Amino acid sequence: MALQDVCGLQEPPLFSQWTAPLSHFFMPENTSHLNGGWSHGEDCSSWMPRGGGMSPLEFYMPVAEYLTESPLRFGQTNLISSSTNLLTVDHLRPSLPSISLPTLTPCSISPGVPLPFTLSHGTTTLGFAFQGGVIAAADTRSSCKGLVACPSSPKILPIHSHLVGTTSGTSADCALWKRILARELRLYQLRHRRRLSTGGAAKLLSHMLHPFKGTELCVAATLCGWDGETGEDEVTERYANTQASEKKNINTQREASNSRSQSEVSSGATTQPITGDDKNAMSVASRDATKNYSSVVLSRVSGPRVVYVCSDGLCLQGKLFSVGSGSPYAYSILDSSVYWGMSVEEATLVAREAVYRATHMDAYSGNNVDLYHVTAKGWRRRQREDLKEEYYKEKERERKSVEERKTEETMMVK
Amino acid sequence: MMISAQNYGDKMKEYHYTGPVEHKFSPYAFNGGTVLAVAGDDFAIVASDTRLSEGYAIHSRDSPKCYKLTDTTVLGCSGFHGDCLTLTKIIEARLKMYKHSNNKSMTSGAIAAMLSTILYGRRFFPYYVYNIIGGLDEEGRGAVYSFDPVGSYQRDSYKAGGSASAMLQPLLDNQIGFKNMEKVEQVPLSLEKAEQLIKDVFISAAERDVYTGDALKLCIVTKEGIREEIMPLRKD
Repeated sequence: MALQDVCGLQEPPLFSQWTAPLSHFFMPENTSHLNGGWSHGEDCSSWMPRGGGMSPLEFYMPVAEYLTESPLRFGQTNLISSSTNLLTVDHLRPSLPSISLPTLTPCSISPGVPLPFTLSHGTTTLGFAFQGGVIAAADTRSSCKGLVACPSSPKILPIHSHLVGTTSGTSADCALWKRILARELRLYQLRHRRRLSTGGAAKLLSHMLHPFKGTELCVAATLCGWDGETGEDEVTERYANTQASEKKNINTQREASNSRSQSEVSSGATTQPITGDDKNAMSVASRDATKNYSSVVLSRVSGPRVVYVCSDGLCLQGKLFSVGSGSPYAYSILDSSVYWGMSVEEATLVAREAVYRATHMDAYSGNNVDLYHVTAKGWRRRQREDLKEEYYKEKERERKSVEERKTEETMMVK
Repeated sequence: MMISAQNYGDKMKEYHYTGPVEHKFSPYAFNGGTVLAVAGDDFAIVASDTRLSEGYAIHSRDSPKCYKLTDTTVLGCSGFHGDCLTLTKIIEARLKMYKHSNNKSMTSGAIAAMLSTILYGRRFFPYYVYNIIGGLDEEGRGAVYSFDPVGSYQRDSYKAGGSASAMLQPLLDNQIGFKNMEKVEQVPLSLEKAEQLIKDVFISAAERDVYTGDALKLCIVTKEGIREEIMPLRKD
């Protein structure tokens, strides 16, 4: 146990009070909240590993606790051994593995230890949806105050086959929270046998980040994805089950719609919104436990989606977003050229142009441009392009057109 | 990381009286030092100077910053020496735990991912360490992973970290990455050329950075194992 504490390897303990050092200080509230008082019950408890720790890596929704604690406490650190400090300390961040080491000298630090270094910031990222899918583009420069820490950092991270996220803010935060999000989405996919929608993933991410509001965590991500629309057996069954539990007047229509449901089901895939009859039909069909509706298509909202999530807690859905220090310049290109009906080539060119212009004008953006295209089949990555060449090519084109104009004028004069 | 002009100005103020000043205890100190790692087709080299300093004083001239983790991986850490020591202790313990539960050594990529999570676990009171991992990946090719103090990392072919990093990185970009050069033949880097380049580069760093000097320690990782070499640098 001691070795594990030193190494920060937090296995979720069987009984949450064992490893959390100051947890027995909180015990009365803890048990009541975790066991009894929490009304949302099963769903949340499956997401809450019962670790006492609150390190960012343990995905723990400290819903009850954070409501009573000031979020600023996350910035504080207490390297105080548990035994001596129950009475004097009423705030804590119980996650640091070093807390349980009795050898560390007590030292309490005011909110937010002033760091002697800076973390990476500054970027241009953008994402927009159109009829052919979603385009996500970003530059690749990662800067630390005046120094370019990395000229080729990947700012668009794929989360799963149909979802990519652009990252802006502190690169460590973004990289890690994307990993955590990918893990949670994968768990969701395994548990519920379907992919979580983009809106759902955004909501999840913003709820995960909310406990850290007020701290120096800085994540501004645009989630770009394609929500599933192909029919899946389990999907319809599950959806039907929930419908069945809500509807109370199915019985009367059961006989009438039964025959209809079978014929509808076998007729083929449809993408219309579910009407009342269809819902009844499906709930009936699921009751019958027949699985021959593989071609029935559920259309909740499906298709391309772009959602912006920020560590302030903001979660916005829209058609077009650009984030970062270079975003004003990108917006000017995007607002004038993006429209729903554009083709894939057009969209790619516009995204590339927007990033190029932004890198040209913004000091903290630069180097290369990454472009991802998300469709119903998944995401595709375009080769990383060096924008330095683009600048010279553009100069060359300008020079040529000037020359052409000059020769035309001289011809006309003659 | 090179101390920016503003920090330097603040440091100077410590030695001149400017009026009543509140001094808070800072848990961090900057102990200097530079680390560099280069990856080739079948080798990786991690090099560091051996000077340990604090402000105007030199604590030690023989404190290398490369730590051997496994037979195929070397870690270089520079920054605050206290955090470097604790971090390497934790990493070594985690490596042992992995070896005992999985019956094999950790690969370079796995060590890099683990280090990222260890660093991020202290997001709000970070380890003040600039890490660079150099080693061989599963296919025997050289790999370099560079980190920031909070755990953001990626795989590179070469990277410099520490106090002279801002001076060395552009030189490496030019000589190894062939950046900003026109019409140059891009030959892959050989082991001898890489060794010579690193020695030259550290000699230049010792000239211009006060926190770098004394001696250079090279750890050369090949499939035969890890070879160490020490070369003296300026001691002033």
